[in-house]
Amino acid sequence: MPMDNQDQMPSRPPLWNDPDKRALIFQVIVLAAVFAFFAYIFSNTLHNLEKRGISTGFDFLNNEAGFGILMSLIPYDETYTFGRTFLVGLLNTLLVSFLGIILATILGFIIGVARLSNNWLIAKIATVYIETFRNIPLLLQILFWYFAMLPLLPHPRQSVNFSDAFFLNSRGLYLPAPVFESAFLWVLIALFVAIIAVVFLVRWAHKRQAATGQPFHTFWVSLAILVTLPAVAYVVTGMPLNWNLPELKGFNFRGGMTIIPELAALLLALSIYTAAFIAEIVRSGIQAVSHGQTEAAYALGLRPAKTLQLVIIPQAMRVIIPQLTSQYLNLTKNSSLAAAVGYPDLVAVFAGTTLNQTGQAVEIIFMTMMVYLTISLLISLFMNWYNNKMALVER
Amino acid sequence: MAVIQHTPHEDLPPPVSQTGVIGWLRQNLFSSWLNSLLTLLAAYIVWKTLMPLIDWAFIKADWIGTSREDCSSGGACWVFVSVRFKQFMYGLYPEAEQWRINLMAILFVLLMIPMFIKNFPWKKWLGMFILFGFPIIGYYLLSGGAFGLEHIETSLWGGLTLTLVLAAVGIVAALPLGILLALGRRSKMPIVRALSVAFIELWRGVPLITVLFMASVMLPLFLPEGAQFDKLLRALIGIVLFQSAYMAEVVRGGLQAIPKGQYEAAEALGLSYWKSMGLIILPQALKLVIPGIVNTFIALFKDTTLVLIIGLFDLLAMIQSATQDTKWLGFSIEGYVFAAVTFWIFCFGMSRYSQALERKLHTGH
Repeated sequence: MPMDNQDQMPSRPPLWNDPDKRALIFQVIVLAAVFAFFAYIFSNTLHNLEKRGISTGFDFLNNEAGFGILMSLIPYDETYTFGRTFLVGLLNTLLVSFLGIILATILGFIIGVARLSNNWLIAKIATVYIETFRNIPLLLQILFWYFAMLPLLPHPRQSVNFSDAFFLNSRGLYLPAPVFESAFLWVLIALFVAIIAVVFLVRWAHKRQAATGQPFHTFWVSLAILVTLPAVAYVVTGMPLNWNLPELKGFNFRGGMTIIPELAALLLALSIYTAAFIAEIVRSGIQAVSHGQTEAAYALGLRPAKTLQLVIIPQAMRVIIPQLTSQYLNLTKNSSLAAAVGYPDLVAVFAGTTLNQTGQAVEIIFMTMMVYLTISLLISLFMNWYNNKMALVER
Repeated sequence: MAVIQHTPHEDLPPPVSQTGVIGWLRQNLFSSWLNSLLTLLAAYIVWKTLMPLIDWAFIKADWIGTSREDCSSGGACWVFVSVRFKQFMYGLYPEAEQWRINLMAILFVLLMIPMFIKNFPWKKWLGMFILFGFPIIGYYLLSGGAFGLEHIETSLWGGLTLTLVLAAVGIVAALPLGILLALGRRSKMPIVRALSVAFIELWRGVPLITVLFMASVMLPLFLPEGAQFDKLLRALIGIVLFQSAYMAEVVRGGLQAIPKGQYEAAEALGLSYWKSMGLIILPQALKLVIPGIVNTFIALFKDTTLVLIIGLFDLLAMIQSATQDTKWLGFSIEGYVFAAVTFWIFCFGMSRYSQALERKLHTGH
């Protein structure tokens, strides 16, 4: 049998037909094009900035801001720097995102479970809620609460009064503010000790159950520890916590804490909107656990509550958590719509007022985008970690 | 021997309490005392909220009139919406030229009808035309300046028209860009892959509003001196960049769902990269992700409202400015409800369409 050419070295194709070389050349061209594009933009920007007499760099952050901000979690007034406005905005963004995430999660889980209820009316109400709120733009919902609903609240003098401590009116919701004395530290220490004790207790109970099969009332004992220890510390140190109640003085309230209407509208819209999406995620997560799992758990003799706790929820959570984190990320990004109602978040204060005052568009937009990018990077790192952890548990 | 004949008793009907309306009620509303309690509570709450709402929106509402004096019955004042209706639809587009928008809408609906007819033979070509040919016709119809049509500045575009233009252009322009990015992200070339990943993650990591701010503040800085661009184009560039990143992720999902054998078969046939993608992989992948594309379109449609923050007058912005008109103060609820209903009809309709498509395209197991 004559040898065919297979053992022979294939002849090298010409340069433009060699896939490796072609890939290399293509990538060099792409890279060069990208660099050329950025260089073009860069030179144009420098030229334009020079024309407008704007100096580049981050020095402006040290200049005095000279404008007030409606709400700040840290001390701030007109004499602080532009850098400080960045911090104020960032903290306000984080505040509204944090509160929104908590509210949306609670509401979303309730509605998601309600949608699967075997009570027809409850399930229908949940469906109507989901289909209504997720199909209306978030911005419209924010404007609706802020411009249409909140002005319907009474004037400060006719505030809705809950036991002389909480007041609701068109200027906001007034709450008692906690005033901590130095001895309150001991209560915090007691709480910390209680948490550590509970962690050890849970580990011990788990080990004992694995070894002997004896269950332990972990939940109730942990709850007792968590409540009693700090409570005892609180009483022993002489109740070092006072409340600063809001009071009507003249036309407005003084003292206490205020949730300004801008924050209230934003928070309401964000949590109602996101809850509709979270509810769908919860529903799909629960439905993803096949019914055979429930039947198997019943066959093993587990009670319905235990089935839910040990079989359904852990498996549903595996589906729910990755999607839930991406909703949290969405909520954080959506909180930037604050600009529409004037809640001083990062975009409204820094990319809005500060940008207008200084004209440093490039630096400011860059910093703002970096903040959101960092948050989304952190969240995707968490997701990778979580997915890896779950993959290990899987058999 | 006598044969004992056994005749079975005829089946009894099921108990009354288990069939019909009563059975349904017992099973779905009053299966336990807790459920009964929940049902009654929910029914009470629904009654208490729905009744005043219906009363306000329909029974006590004013529908006909021309000014706020016609709203006297204490319910909703839909006169506010009907007086401003043209503005909400067309923005500040000159009244004499509004037929052009109507013509465009009619044309679009006529083109879309065959797409819903089963077994329509030229569906593919018609779809291509709607995606790539119709926008050109639409541009000349809206903007004018050729074929004897008067030129209309984009600053006059507004209302629902602008909302639809933004969403449609955003999706049509983002689709090819998104496909390229998705292919780039799955490419074997490290530099192309890294650039695609960086581009996609950058836009997906930031809120649309910062992108719009960037487009409206920074784009003029990026261009050579004297280059002018109108506000609408700047917003569109921002939207397209942002949307292409999301589109890329949707398309990537489709690419990943195609079995490896298809890629290998294409290679075995000796097809080049672009031919194997264009003829084998993409037609299958894009078909898989049509529901995903519709879903991104819904998201984009809702997000177009953000252009109000950079000063364009879409439907929501038109309504927002109408509620602040001194002649019509105090009717903001009616305005927002109208906007909400309009957006809801579009979004809900599209999401139902996408669900139906999903069921239709789900040809596997």
